[in-house]
Amino acid sequence: MKLQQNTRLALYSLLEFAADPERQISAAEIAEKYAVSSHHLAKVLAELSRVGMVQSVRGVGGGYRFVGNARRLTLMDVISRFEDVLPAENVNSQPTPVGQALASVLSEIDEIARASMSSITLATMLRITERFPV
Amino acid sequence: MSKTTKPNAAPKQVKNKVSGAPRIQAAEPVAAALEIRPVRRTDLDAVIAIDTMVTGIEKRPYWNSLYQRYADAVATGQHFLVAVKADETIGFAIGEVRDWEFGAPPCGWVFAIDVHPQARLAGAGTQLLNAICDNFRQAGVSKVRTMLARDNTLILSFFRSQGMMIGPFIPLELELES
Repeated sequence: MKLQQNTRLALYSLLEFAADPERQISAAEIAEKYAVSSHHLAKVLAELSRVGMVQSVRGVGGGYRFVGNARRLTLMDVISRFEDVLPAENVNSQPTPVGQALASVLSEIDEIARASMSSITLATMLRITERFPV
Repeated sequence: MSKTTKPNAAPKQVKNKVSGAPRIQAAEPVAAALEIRPVRRTDLDAVIAIDTMVTGIEKRPYWNSLYQRYADAVATGQHFLVAVKADETIGFAIGEVRDWEFGAPPCGWVFAIDVHPQARLAGAGTQLLNAICDNFRQAGVSKVRTMLARDNTLILSFFRSQGMMIGPFIPLELELES
């Protein structure tokens, strides 16, 4: 499964913020860690701020802070902000038997992906992150 | 197996006037301890009521059959555990070690787990799962599996929060035409 770059940046950022919700983290710090453009990241963070997942902090240091609920916010909550998550058969519907057969197979994969993304919270993701070495 | 600490004095059992399901008492001044232990016959009504509340289907014969088959864990290697708080049965977990099913080496399977909706988010599900996994470890297996409907986001989320990941199996099905 491929996620668009904006979606991945949003997930990286949210997980960094949620790992230490008391800390203010600058866009530049995350951009450097993930080797991405600060300008590009700023747009993603602006969207996350707009939907109330992070809060921009003014003043000395600045940066952003996580204000969501890591135990309730799921990967799908984030992904759906940046990508079209409609089932494949809705996007590429073909009325022919071959088209419908392919759509039914693709929808199996979509449904499993949706179930996974909808059931994994940021808190669970942070636990999964701990399994990987720094 | 039983993990017990001293409970507080038991409040009166109250049944919901509409469904007959045990109603969870409002919080006592001092939180009652949670006990995880093997099921007893006297737990069955509460287990059936919780399952009925969650699924919308009462399956009394099914649960009676499960109790007959799973209540004696020592003899059969099957485990039917309940979570009890202030003398109320608030949750259950059922599982067993299965050998070489679907070509897999022996592993533990959890095929039922639930907690009364009003008693959730307090660690009962975690303690039930931990207890049944302890039983599996004692039986010599090092893996636990489960299967659930992909639209059951709540329970999927619970198992995910316990560290479970998607396994190497794909469930398949076929409508059998009469």
